[in-house]
Amino acid sequence: MEILLFGIAKDIVGKSKIQFAAGEGQPTSVKELRQTLESAYPDLGRLSSMAVAVNSEYVRDELILKPGDEIAIIPPVSGG
Amino acid sequence: MNKTIIEIVDSLEVSKVYAELSDPQSGGICVFVGTVREVTQGETVVALEFETYRNMALKEMEKIALEAVEKWQLNKVVIRHAIGAKKVEDPVVVVGASAPHRDACFEACRYLIDTLKERVPIWKKEIFKNKTVWVSAHP
Repeated sequence: MEILLFGIAKDIVGKSKIQFAAGEGQPTSVKELRQTLESAYPDLGRLSSMAVAVNSEYVRDELILKPGDEIAIIPPVSGG
Repeated sequence: MNKTIIEIVDSLEVSKVYAELSDPQSGGICVFVGTVREVTQGETVVALEFETYRNMALKEMEKIALEAVEKWQLNKVVIRHAIGAKKVEDPVVVVGASAPHRDACFEACRYLIDTLKERVPIWKKEIFKNKTVWVSAHP
């Protein structure tokens, strides 16, 4: 499982992708993914907001992650 | 015929937007251009740097454009955003709406830029002399 990072999330983690090996410790839902990331990188929890996108759509915490999903962390957007 | 033009580009060419929005069924065209301001909260900006999650940004921009077409019965919509390094006075975003009457295009144009700023995954980093700041990142 691969998580794409952008903007300040990329700076906090120090790279543009996070890999989770299959099996133990791999988050099964968006909620678990948030918890895993926020405990590994507490600065993510200090952002104004942190959305998650799966396959280029904003998703809710209840969503179950599937193999092959394109998953991205969306810190507060600031286009325009 | 396709009513929307959605693009993410390295360098924004604002002068072509009139031709893109011009339509025989339209009586009004509104265009908003967002540009790089020199001073933000009392501090002088050296440059801005924009990055995007391109696939998702294009998808969100298309959704916003189609929502506006539906709501205000627009004939044409343009949403075009620049990414990369930008300096003071550079244009960074152009949105435009073309409608039979002016009320619709004014309202639609405002909706396009306001909604883009809320939803589209594009990030702006302000580069000052002594620091860099990701805009809106912290409360």
